[in-house]
Amino acid sequence: MSEELFQVMAQSIVDGDVDLAKNLAEQAIGQDIDPLEAINRGFVVGVNYVGEQFARGDMFLPDLVLAGEAMKAAVAALEPEMARRGTERTMLGKVVLGTVQGDIHEIGKTLVGTMLSASGFQVYDLGVDVPTDKFVAKAREVGADIVGLSALLTTTMLRQKDVIEALARAGLRPKVKVMVGGAPVTASWAAEIGADGHSEDAIGAVGVAKNLVGA
Amino acid sequence: MAGKIRSITNPRLKLEILRPEDVRRIHSATLDVIESVGVRFPSPLALDIWEEHGAAVDRDTMVVRVPGAMIEEALRRAPPAYTLAARDPAQDLPLDGNHVYVGTDGCGVEVLDLATGLRRRSCLQDVADIARLADALEEIAFNWVPVSAQDCPAESRGVHELRALWRNSTKHAQTESIYSGREARAGVEMAAAIAGGREALRKRPILSIMECTASPLGQDGGSLEAALVGAEAGLPVGFMTMASCGSTGPATLAGNLVVGNAEVISALALVELAYPGAPVFYAAAQTAMDLRTGAYSGGGPEDFLFGAASNVLSDFYNVPLSMGSFATGAKEPNWQAGIENSLSTLMASLVMSDMLLGVGLLHGSRIWSYEQMLMDCEIFDIVCQVMSGMVVDEETLALDAIRAVGPGGNFLKQRHTKEHIRDLWVPRLLDRRPYEVWEARRDGARDWARTRAQELLSTYHPQPLDPALDEELGRIIAAVEASEVSR
Repeated sequence: MSEELFQVMAQSIVDGDVDLAKNLAEQAIGQDIDPLEAINRGFVVGVNYVGEQFARGDMFLPDLVLAGEAMKAAVAALEPEMARRGTERTMLGKVVLGTVQGDIHEIGKTLVGTMLSASGFQVYDLGVDVPTDKFVAKAREVGADIVGLSALLTTTMLRQKDVIEALARAGLRPKVKVMVGGAPVTASWAAEIGADGHSEDAIGAVGVAKNLVGA
Repeated sequence: MAGKIRSITNPRLKLEILRPEDVRRIHSATLDVIESVGVRFPSPLALDIWEEHGAAVDRDTMVVRVPGAMIEEALRRAPPAYTLAARDPAQDLPLDGNHVYVGTDGCGVEVLDLATGLRRRSCLQDVADIARLADALEEIAFNWVPVSAQDCPAESRGVHELRALWRNSTKHAQTESIYSGREARAGVEMAAAIAGGREALRKRPILSIMECTASPLGQDGGSLEAALVGAEAGLPVGFMTMASCGSTGPATLAGNLVVGNAEVISALALVELAYPGAPVFYAAAQTAMDLRTGAYSGGGPEDFLFGAASNVLSDFYNVPLSMGSFATGAKEPNWQAGIENSLSTLMASLVMSDMLLGVGLLHGSRIWSYEQMLMDCEIFDIVCQVMSGMVVDEETLALDAIRAVGPGGNFLKQRHTKEHIRDLWVPRLLDRRPYEVWEARRDGARDWARTRAQELLSTYHPQPLDPALDEELGRIIAAVEASEVSR
């Protein structure tokens, strides 16, 4: 019986059906199914399928994003039960994300957050126009593994360097890794400012993040 | 001394891409969005202006909801035609709906070095070199700041770039790289110095300013302030939407137009409310996102369709249009660059878009290529020729010549042929040589484009700026930098 439920759970992710995923999660709790089982044998199967289809070019970014949203909803619904049972989902790492000060462009950054979250990272998205010291404070507060910085303008891109230097002054480097992105950001800029990783798109960012945490 | 400028005028071809009722529906939907969904204007100054005129302003979210009637009334104040002035009046550009002009693109961050062919970071010298080359090429009507002068300080970069344009070209300067009130004020001062005073600048604006919106349904605060400063001084200002299907706009083309349209006309209306009668222009570079990455694609059928549709909208509002038509996603000057730039430029030209951007950039407007610049000029040259269409009259029907040659034979030695042969197009970069000639050398468009660029750069001298003027510009730039230090 659980087997059928796990299949429906996986399908809800593939279809990007946020409400259904949430309902199935609650159903699982009602049926006394281990939430980690529901995640690993149900929902994550859907995430993996979407990932494979995407890699083959048969599913596209919006499919991925919706799957990520459905996954987020399912996990959120299961969290109270996991807390009650004292079980924890193994996260790949903690990422503090934001667009640097003076810059309001957010779609790329938000997309990276969704992809990282769906891939098993704990993401703290600080939004846009984030002051340098706010990145440092949050990284320290949550024990971040990675800080991700986005910028769309050549002039605001310079703040990525400021954040890296501020993290170093706060004694958080080299433990805390830094990833940078945004249209004007190139691999050579990333290398020049001492960033640990760079990607031109959100999909690549997941790979970079996984490498940085040794996953 | 200043060379003439090539443009498309008196076209014989036309394209119908949106029916009048389609345009009306898009317009109604746009007004509905502006009135009920709202557009974000993150600038206290802009919010004040909206509030003064009776729009609904939410100071917390900075979203403005404006009644359709207010938008329409404001837009009616915009002048339907005006001239972009140049340092040399012979190079003035009347935006009168009967000209298509081409400019460079912006704003790249890397350059394919002309000497080494290697990719490197862009700097101020590149801005200068590109402007000088643009000055020499008749296909280029106006200069954008093509690449970011990354060796200049961030807070004064925009004005360093402007000075480089003016030092190296007499053509009209349009910048996308000034997005703060501070730099805009300095830009106006510099332009006024060159034009001969503020009133002279207002009569003959040698500088125009373009700002990008922040899709969906938003603006950038500094950009709004820069535009208002420009408009106050009488500089033509425009807002560009790059809303793209699937990411910053709906996946459907008409919906994507609505989102972009709402951003642009709300911004233009703001300028008209603040400065009634200010010269403004609609700007757009809409596309469909790359389905894999969400990135701006810069080419493809949707891009080509938007390239034409935007001008139908700007015609409806009776303002000039600046269209991001070139700007391929290709990584080098290749087949993809050829297709994307040709089809987008043709589509935008068929509807007589006033300003076309931007020759020379690759990879979604990020990497400058001198070769691509020359190749794009050839594309425009071809499009110009195509747009002049076919004339059918007694002379072109050529009956006398046909009778003279009769069945068989050829037309090579006909008087009529000699008289009209120079109406036919001659390529500079398309290869029509015999196969063996090509096989022996294996060279082609890229090589010839590179050679031409190198030749021009080593021999061409633009009309220099008066030394006193140059000094004045330096003083203004220094003041910008000093004021930043003391902040």
